[in-house]
Amino acid sequence: MKILRNRLSSALLVLLGASFITFTLARVIPSDPALAYIGPKATAAEAAKLRITLGLDQPIPVQYFKYLIETFQGNWGYSLSTKQPILQEIADRLPATLELIFFAISFAVIFGVALGVYAAKYRGKFQDSLIRIFAIIGVSMPAFWLGLLLQMLFAGRLTWFPATGQFDIELKYDHPITRVTGFPLFDSIITGNYHATFNGLHHMILPALTLSAYSFGLLSRMARANLLEVLSQDYVKVARAYGLSERLIFFKLALRNALPPIVTVTGLSAAYLITGTFFVEQVYNWPGIGSFAVNSLLSIDYPAIMGITLVAAIGYLVTNFIVDLIQSKLDPRVWMK
Amino acid sequence: MKFLFKDKLTSMASTLLILFIFLAIFGPLVAPYPKEGRGKANVDNSFIGPGWKHLLGTDELGRDLLSRIIFGARPALLIALAVVGFAAVIGTLLGLIAGYRGGWIDSLIMRVSELFLSFPPLLLSLVAVTFLGPGLVNALIALIISWWPWYARLIRVEASIVKSKPYVEISAAMGVPDRVIILRHILRNVTTPLIVQIAADLGTVILAAGSLAFIGLGAQPPAADWGLMVAQGRNLIFDQWWISTFSGMAIFLAVLAFNILGDALRDHFDPRISRQ
Repeated sequence: MKILRNRLSSALLVLLGASFITFTLARVIPSDPALAYIGPKATAAEAAKLRITLGLDQPIPVQYFKYLIETFQGNWGYSLSTKQPILQEIADRLPATLELIFFAISFAVIFGVALGVYAAKYRGKFQDSLIRIFAIIGVSMPAFWLGLLLQMLFAGRLTWFPATGQFDIELKYDHPITRVTGFPLFDSIITGNYHATFNGLHHMILPALTLSAYSFGLLSRMARANLLEVLSQDYVKVARAYGLSERLIFFKLALRNALPPIVTVTGLSAAYLITGTFFVEQVYNWPGIGSFAVNSLLSIDYPAIMGITLVAAIGYLVTNFIVDLIQSKLDPRVWMK
Repeated sequence: MKFLFKDKLTSMASTLLILFIFLAIFGPLVAPYPKEGRGKANVDNSFIGPGWKHLLGTDELGRDLLSRIIFGARPALLIALAVVGFAAVIGTLLGLIAGYRGGWIDSLIMRVSELFLSFPPLLLSLVAVTFLGPGLVNALIALIISWWPWYARLIRVEASIVKSKPYVEISAAMGVPDRVIILRHILRNVTTPLIVQIAADLGTVILAAGSLAFIGLGAQPPAADWGLMVAQGRNLIFDQWWISTFSGMAIFLAVLAFNILGDALRDHFDPRISRQ
């Protein structure tokens, strides 16, 4: 319990720091938020009036303090471009992004770990070098470029998959998804709207593959390296000397002990996916936070940018926390510091 | 330098890198259409597919894509060197101070660097370049802002390990000034991890800079910048596929070359890490 409290308070501190950095960047740098709000055509008097309503005439520390209180109360301000409450915008878009991340991470873990294990089993053979090349291509591929290539090939030339969006546009009319949890794909499953589920999965494959490339590369390298490390340990030699079957040694003994670092890397790559969605959603017109983030950045929509940054920082913290939890389950010696 | 050609993959990467460096230096001399590479429009020639006259085709403004890509090599390599260079210098300095001095200044530097690392990768750079205003130089500054903490932390750990070695403690007891100890003993001992880290980061920075440019926050038109060129071809990908495809391939090959060589360098300098 005490550990949990410590974790929470340090998490709060991190969020405070992150919000402080974003706030400073947004305010100290000479861009006038009031001007961004009403546009360049406004008169000086109008801008001055708005500055007072927005509280921009007050000293920066006061503004920061007010911002903190309001953020804590759930008032995250309004987007300058869509004029909607930020929290609402984020809540509407988060599910689509989380679904995308879920599939990307699943692809990466399943294929990454499987191929990493396979490579370790055939160490130094042809299969090993082939997987090594795959992995290094995965970590070197710009996500936005891979997205465009897959789009061109599988949506444009072969027309196997749709090029953009999370569902067909017509789906809204012929098989509308009943909102239960707000997660569209999940809702379509629990309400038995399988037409929508298949449509959503069909749309999911290309973006999820694009997003998972980097994590896939990272994970297969890590899985291979860690497995080889474990296999060279003394207790594996002892197990061999006792005559345990190779199969048992490989899967029960080695894989189990190679797991903790793999979990860490999975968490690390999940963090990469948070910003990865910015580029992938941009390419595939995915209706999630990533595309909202890019639009907000391009239009210097500073309340939206601060909101998104905060959510991303929270996502980062949560990921790290989950990693630690799994870690302590796998290895009781690691209890949270 | 033999390790840079130790196997087929590494030799291929070394060759690629040499090619990119050559293009970055002599690009204007070898590009088939140097004026178009610099950005001169030639609208009569727009959207010619890859062929003998234009090996990689032409873009919307009729500029030879190969020349544009060749001109893009210089900014790409320069931004990678500048970001990693500045980040390494700032990080090394702070890391040395933190690791050698310890105490409150150590905790201060480490807390601040933790703060910068509390953002998911690249997010801080994106936010910073937005408020600084899009552009190549601002993108560079934004990338340095989020890159230095990694170096500070790496060097701090190495420095505090070296610091407690007997020969350093004896030098200190003999009255050798801190400055000399830091320069002679500590800096020399952190060079290897530093080089390994720099090599691993060069590719990542090219990738990051390309990403910023792709969403419109990096280099601005009419610059010949790979990420920007991918973005310019984005909406044409189904018809004029060559623009984004070849520009992105330049980024991919450069990153790939740096990553493979980074691995080779790490294996060479530090076989201990590579086994793990």
